[in-house]
Amino acid sequence: MSNYPTYLLDRAKITDAHTLAVAQKHGAYEALRKVLKEGISYAEVIRVVKDSGLRGRGGAGFSTGMKWSFMPDPVTDPRPRYLAINADESEPGTCKDRVLMEQDPHGFLEGCLLSAYAIRAKVIYIYVRGEYRAPYNRVLAAIAQARAAGLIGKKILGSDFDCEVWMHKGAGAYICGEETGLMESLEGKRGHPRPKPPFPAAFGLWGQPTTVNNVETVFNAPFIVLRGAEWFKSMGTKTSTGNLLVGVSGHVNRPGVYELPFGVSCREILEDVCGGVWKQRKLKGFLPGGSSTGVLTAAFIDTPMEHDAIKQTGSMLGTAAMIVMDETACMVRAHEIIARFYEHESCGQCSQCREGTQWLHQIFHRIEHGKGRMEDIDMLVTLSRGMAPAKTICALSDAAAIPTLAAVQHFRGEFEDHVKQACCPFLPAGTKRPVFAGAH
Amino acid sequence: MALPARLTTEFTELLTHYPKKQAALIPILHRCQEELGGWISPQTMEDCAEFLGLEAVEVYGVASFYPMFRMRPPGKHVVSVCHNISCALRGADDLLAQVCEITGAAPHHTSADGRFTVATVECQGACANAPMFDLDGVYHEDLTPEKVVKIFGGLDGGK
Repeated sequence: MSNYPTYLLDRAKITDAHTLAVAQKHGAYEALRKVLKEGISYAEVIRVVKDSGLRGRGGAGFSTGMKWSFMPDPVTDPRPRYLAINADESEPGTCKDRVLMEQDPHGFLEGCLLSAYAIRAKVIYIYVRGEYRAPYNRVLAAIAQARAAGLIGKKILGSDFDCEVWMHKGAGAYICGEETGLMESLEGKRGHPRPKPPFPAAFGLWGQPTTVNNVETVFNAPFIVLRGAEWFKSMGTKTSTGNLLVGVSGHVNRPGVYELPFGVSCREILEDVCGGVWKQRKLKGFLPGGSSTGVLTAAFIDTPMEHDAIKQTGSMLGTAAMIVMDETACMVRAHEIIARFYEHESCGQCSQCREGTQWLHQIFHRIEHGKGRMEDIDMLVTLSRGMAPAKTICALSDAAAIPTLAAVQHFRGEFEDHVKQACCPFLPAGTKRPVFAGAH
Repeated sequence: MALPARLTTEFTELLTHYPKKQAALIPILHRCQEELGGWISPQTMEDCAEFLGLEAVEVYGVASFYPMFRMRPPGKHVVSVCHNISCALRGADDLLAQVCEITGAAPHHTSADGRFTVATVECQGACANAPMFDLDGVYHEDLTPEKVVKIFGGLDGGK
């Protein structure tokens, strides 16, 4: 495995890096200190982040500097403004933000504070998925330490910058990872996404200007501020700069969360970083970036892990959560599970999504359980085309439909085999897929 | 009935974090579930509504939307087994079957002795350490049948 320069997980690997003393000894809050002591303007912070090419790490890959620059000028728009950190990490396959929050909470908080400085917000809400008790507790303890050290609160480090940080727990709804669903949830309501426009920068939390950033996104900011845009652009590719956290799960020898520059091939990730497919089996396919990104066959394994190249395959980089499936994996079963997930998580506002996700799940289920009809396969396609692209308030409907289209496109033969044999061909003869009464 | 004083003191501080009271609702429901029997009872919903100046039906509408809030009292221990894609690829079906057998509870049910509630849950963000379950709020990852036996064997002082 080549030795790529790293920065995201360097401090996380040090013992007790979650404590303020150890974190500060290893560079935490240096960028914040520099900005506040040298009086670097918010505009300059936005400029360097924009120049660095940093793109959001939550799935959409939008330019972070650009997003920050959408916030209105506080002189002409003096309304209160907020930074909401999206720590609702719940895209299946994704487990990277958790590592940063648990292992380097001060690096994360510094990223939050710098981002708030850039958008001139005085209040930060960190919206953490409710199941993440350990990361929540780590960040909560780090906030208390940072507050006691004058790094959070009034006149941070003796400057004029005031900023409060509050933790906020979600309660198990995937849709709250969608930025407007997150804001509704933070306001104490059901996580129903809002139609856009208006965008959060104009009408966000409680109708005030708001920026929503992912954990890993803001985590990059201090490094860019300290080391510069050119340094950041020296890693990755022209349009996907810097390093990213790649989470690999499924049928590999060494699943894990790895820091790699954008552009490393999926083959290198699978074979060199993760030790190859487990049990000496062959690769059948993989989801490059979480369950919302269309499955790819083994023929695509040389695709570089970066936005443009993955997009060209018809899939998406998403959260770079690579889910690997070996030759024994059943693609119908895999997509039955994925369809069940989206049915469970649809908020129910849009009929295409509410109804469509239920139908997709039912059809996948009956094909997998030997009750499918040949026309069901085209029905999956017809349904998916009625659900996406961009037919609903948010992208959950697309997230259910697009992987369905990819599965049928790349693995149609497997679907047909299920129908012809009236069973799942990947199950040993005479056995049945367990169906648990009561399980949804 | 009203919320216990120790909780209202805590919640009063919580309200200072937000410009509007309702924002505290989900954190408050979490704390109520933790402190008041492991579920959100109708009484709890009424008490939370009164505390926040909401209608009880608004609290119900929120509480019932979020899978982490339980609308029925659970057993003494709650086991949440992830059955999403990354865990399924590494044996979540077998793990769930083993957990059901050990606990005597079917998914989304409580065992007859009231000791265990078993639930299937969607992705918990432990994908690189699959399969996994959450037992009483603590993640147990990279599970094997042997590890599972040991975890349950060590519960309640090994009883």
